Amino acid sequence: MTELQAGQGAQPLEVPRIDARPQRYRDLLIALAAFVLLALLPMMFGSKQLLDFVIRCAAYGLFATSLNLLVGYTGLISFGHGMFFGLGAYGFGLMMQKTGVPIPVAFVATLAMTFVMAVVIGAICVRLKEIYFAFVTLAFQMLIHSTILSWQSLTGGDQGLRGGIPRPPFLGIDLSNHLHLYITSCALLVIGLLLMRQIAQSPFGYTLRMIRDNATRASFIGIDVWRAKLVIFVLAALFAATGGIIMALFVSGAYPEFAYWTISGEGIFINMLGGVTTFLGPMVGTVLLLILNDTVTRLTEYHGIVLGIVILFFAIGLRKGLMDFVVEWFAQHRGEGRG
Amino acid sequence: MLEIRALSKSFGGVKATDNVSLDFADGSLTAVIGPNGAGKSTFFNLITGALRPDVGQILLNGVDMAGKTPPEIVRHGIGRAFQVASIFPSLTVEETMLAAVCADQRRAGVMHRRFPLAETRDRAEHAMELLGLAGKRNRTAATLSHGDQKLLDIALALVLDPKVLLLDEPTAGMGTEERWRMIDKVRELWEKQKITVVFIEHDMDIVFKIAPEIVVLCYGRILATGTPDAIRRNEAVIEAYLGSDDHAGALA
Repeated sequence: MTELQAGQGAQPLEVPRIDARPQRYRDLLIALAAFVLLALLPMMFGSKQLLDFVIRCAAYGLFATSLNLLVGYTGLISFGHGMFFGLGAYGFGLMMQKTGVPIPVAFVATLAMTFVMAVVIGAICVRLKEIYFAFVTLAFQMLIHSTILSWQSLTGGDQGLRGGIPRPPFLGIDLSNHLHLYITSCALLVIGLLLMRQIAQSPFGYTLRMIRDNATRASFIGIDVWRAKLVIFVLAALFAATGGIIMALFVSGAYPEFAYWTISGEGIFINMLGGVTTFLGPMVGTVLLLILNDTVTRLTEYHGIVLGIVILFFAIGLRKGLMDFVVEWFAQHRGEGRG
Repeated sequence: MLEIRALSKSFGGVKATDNVSLDFADGSLTAVIGPNGAGKSTFFNLITGALRPDVGQILLNGVDMAGKTPPEIVRHGIGRAFQVASIFPSLTVEETMLAAVCADQRRAGVMHRRFPLAETRDRAEHAMELLGLAGKRNRTAATLSHGDQKLLDIALALVLDPKVLLLDEPTAGMGTEERWRMIDKVRELWEKQKITVVFIEHDMDIVFKIAPEIVVLCYGRILATGTPDAIRRNEAVIEAYLGSDDHAGALA
C-alpha cells in the first residue's frame, strides 16, 4: 500500500486537539511565578552582583528574544537589530537629560521614536530577502552608530551620554534605588516576555511561521507577506528598545557600543547558544552568554577565544542551541512524532 | 466564470504566452496540456498573479485580476496548488489548515487571541477529511510522503473555498498507481465541491479519461480546445506531439 492509499484509507483518529485557552492561562501563571521568584531573590540572596546580573539579563534577554521573533519565527536574519537597543538607550537617556519629563513619559516617547524609526527602516529592509536583508539592516546599524559618534553635541560622541541619567521618582517608584530598579527591570522583562509569547502563539505568530517556511506559498493563501514582516520588524524593535532602556537605567548612561554591530552579533550568538526553536531559548542563551562573559573575563584576557570555542561547539557540535537540544531530547524520549 | 482575454507575456524576445483567450465555465473541469515549454505554468502564473501580464485581461465574474497581487487574487477566489508541493514543512497538517483558514478569514494578523481560533476549526476539519488527511493531522508536513504533501498542497488551496482551483501537475513525481488515485481524488473533489477546476497534466491517459474539456498550448499559443475526442482527431495537436512517442501514442 502506498502512502497515498494509506492517507485515503485512514480514519480520523481520536487525537488531542490544539486548545488555545489553557496555554494562555499556563503562560500567565508561569510569568507570575517567575516574577514572584525574581522579586523574592533579593530576600534570599543579598548579593548586589546577583541583582546586577539579573538586570543585565533582563536587558539582553528582551533584546535577544525580540531578535528571535525575527530570526526564529519569521526567518529574517537581522544583523542590525542592535540599532534599536542603542536607540532605546540613547532616546531614553537624552529624553531624561534634556527634557526632564517623568520616566513613564520618556519611556513611551522613546518607544514612539523607535516605532517611527523602525517603520522607516523596516519598510526598506523587509522588501529584501535573506542575505540582502541581513546586510541592509547592518548598514542601517552602522549609519546610526556613525551618527551617534559624529553628533557629539547631542550624544557625547565616543564618550557617550555623560553626567548620568536623572531618575526622578514616579508612582512611589524610585529607580535610583537599586532594589526598585531591580524589581522594575524584572517586571519589564516578564511583561515583555509575556507579550512576545502572546505574539508567538497568536494567529499572527503562525502567519510568521508560514512566512519563514515558505513565503511564496503564504502569499498564495492570501497573506500580505511584506506587511506581516514589517509589523514583526517594528514590534521586535520596540522590545529591543525596552532592553536598551533598562540598560540605560542600569548604567545611568548610554554608550556608542550599545548601537554597534557587536550588540547585534551578541544577539545572534545568544540565539545560537540558547536555540531558536523554543520561545525561552534566547533567554537561556542570554544567561549562558552573560555567565560565560563574566567568568571567562575574570579568568583570562583571551575571553574572545573561549567564547568562540563555545559557540563553535554549539554550532558544529550540537548543531543547535541548548534549549533546542533539550526539547528534542525530551520529545524523543517521550516518543512524540513531531519532527 | 473565468475569462481570459488576449493574455500575453514575453521574457525578452520569447513569447511565453501569446494572445491567449479562453473561457472556463463555472463548475467546469478542464485539462491544460502541451509539450514542454508550451507555457502552461506561465499561464497559471499569470492567472494567479505570480507574473504580471504584458497585456490582456483575466476576468473572474467580470472583475479583472490582471496586475493584482497573489493575495488579492486568492481573496477573489482563485486558489492554486503547485507542481512541486508547496507547503509549510514545520507545521503540522492541522496547524497548516487552521492557519490557512485564519488567513482566509482575514485574521492572519490577530495578536490578542491564541491560535487556533475556534471559528476556523470546522473548515479546517472539512478540508482535512475531504483530502483524507484527518488521520495525519499531527504529522508535520515535512514528514509526510510525497503523495500526502501533494494532497496537503491541494488542501491548502481548497480550504480557502476558491471559485476556481488551478492544479499544476497534481500527479507530478508519482508512481502509476498513485497518479490514478490522485486524479480520482481530483475528480471526486470537482464533483463534490462544484468548483471550476483547471489542471495541467502530462499523462494523456489521465487527461483523456477525466477531462471533459481540453486546452492544448504550444509555444505560448492555443493550439486547440475541445472535447477529448476532438483533440484526439486534431491534426495540429498530433503534429505538435509527434516529437514524443509516448504522447503521440496516447493521442492515437
